[in-house]
Amino acid sequence: MGAMQTKPKATPEAVAPAVPPQGPPGAAEAPAAARDKGRAERAFALLGRVGPDLAVGLVALLSGLLLWHLATLYNFNYVINFQNVPSPLRVFDAFLTQLADEEFYIHILVSLRRILIGYVLAVILGVAAGVAMARSRFARAFIYPYIEILRPIPAVAWIPLAILMWPSEESSIVYITFLGALFPIVLNTMHGVEQTSEVLVRAAKSLGASRLQIFRHVILPGALPSISAGLAIGMGVSWFSLLAGEIISGQYGIGYFTWNAYSLINYPDIVVGMLMIGALGTLCTYLVRVAMRPLLVWQRRTR
Amino acid sequence: MMESSHIVALNAHPIARKRRIEASSCGRIEIDNVTITFGRGAAAHQAVSTTSLSIAPGEFICILGPSGCGKSTLLNAIAGYVEPTTGAVTVDGERVTGPGPDRGMVFQQYSLFPWKTIRENIAFGPMVAGHSRDECSATANTFLEMVGLSKFASKYPSELSGGMQQRVGIARALANYPTVLLMDEPFGALDAQTRLMMQEHLLAIWNAFKVTVVFVTHDVDEAIFLADRVLVMSASPGAIMADLPVPLPRPRDPDIATTADFMQLKKKCLEHIRAESLKAFEQQNH
Repeated sequence: MGAMQTKPKATPEAVAPAVPPQGPPGAAEAPAAARDKGRAERAFALLGRVGPDLAVGLVALLSGLLLWHLATLYNFNYVINFQNVPSPLRVFDAFLTQLADEEFYIHILVSLRRILIGYVLAVILGVAAGVAMARSRFARAFIYPYIEILRPIPAVAWIPLAILMWPSEESSIVYITFLGALFPIVLNTMHGVEQTSEVLVRAAKSLGASRLQIFRHVILPGALPSISAGLAIGMGVSWFSLLAGEIISGQYGIGYFTWNAYSLINYPDIVVGMLMIGALGTLCTYLVRVAMRPLLVWQRRTR
Repeated sequence: MMESSHIVALNAHPIARKRRIEASSCGRIEIDNVTITFGRGAAAHQAVSTTSLSIAPGEFICILGPSGCGKSTLLNAIAGYVEPTTGAVTVDGERVTGPGPDRGMVFQQYSLFPWKTIRENIAFGPMVAGHSRDECSATANTFLEMVGLSKFASKYPSELSGGMQQRVGIARALANYPTVLLMDEPFGALDAQTRLMMQEHLLAIWNAFKVTVVFVTHDVDEAIFLADRVLVMSASPGAIMADLPVPLPRPRDPDIATTADFMQLKKKCLEHIRAESLKAFEQQNH
């Protein structure tokens, strides 16, 4: 079967710049040394590929920080006013102070708990609704109008009604978080399930699979790439919605912390809160992607 | 090239031997006055006009015809994906009402489950039939070996070449021990060299298993090289216009394509197809 052999893959080594690591002379006797050499070469290769971009990014960030610093130092005030903006160093100081403060962690944990509850509910309901809409014409005709009407309403607009509807402020914030994550998850699940390959369903049928087995082994795995994209987008939007809820109501949460810093004229903490929100949102989206990764191994392995 | 030792091993395989004994009585296909019409009223389109056909157990049939002549529709009726508008298809006396594991199906391409490894793909039939994990694994290993892909067991389909993927498709269909193997232009998307190799490989598998094969193709050489009987189909509406026995000796190797008997058969097939094409061409111009 010589003609059917797969083509050799381009190895990272092949792409690497020719920089042989300087090993001690006579180190060739141990296989461990050879392994280390390979590892070093790979590290060099990686650095060679992403190094320049990283360097540019770093320079860009540092010059941004410098501009910010200069703008606050000289009280820049032309259209944009930097007179009340804290300098990067003051923000850093405030950050260190907050890290030592127990209450800061309470704010973070309260936010994370709201995300966890709202998001998990959205995943359960969203995937179920998305599958139902893709598989049943009735379900689709029934649910779709709600989605079309409710989806364009931003989370902030829900706040007054949510407070009126739900028994506690906590539950209304969780509700808004849930709502933010729900729509991307529903729509992506629906599209993923709709994209099921007809030939794969036919193949499964001819191999004797039942309807349930076809769903479990053909339709669901086929929809997973799309569902997982929906889960990642949903996580981002749920943070977005959470913050809207926390800024307007509540006594805890990282959004409340940020707004409260403004009310208390504690300006450096505003920026601390903002950066924390960004970091937590990114972290949560990353965790969703990592959690989905084992289910999508097949997608990244191609000839 | 295909290793000949591999083919010998295939013949001696205990499962293959067992299948050959069963095959003498299983896999008879009867197509009785079948017509297939799609759509209704003014939009109705007859894909297959009244067709009757009898296929013996273990026979290798090729259905040859131009695209759109209804050959795949006829195959799909045997598979159970399409219900005949009138008439009936029976396999071993049992009427076909839907797809089932007794009739293995091999598609043109992209029919492997991309999220399952090669081993999992082949074990799919036994798995959904509720066999134990060990049984599934053993069956998968047997068929992996049979198509010479043991080394690729834990790869995903996208990591294999087109020819390899089709071998997995054949192995997956056979892992259910079907009595009938239905193949819808399975080598149509492969390059010429790979296709020749796959044809030889398929004959070796068929010889070992003695399943009834219904093979749809538009390639005259392929049809004659493989088949016991070539059924030439005409277009609009699809009907079998010629039933040509292929009395070439077996086992066949690719050199057979240069013999006078082969040429004679090819000429006959081409004459039928040409007459049909002319008719279709004239119809288009009126």
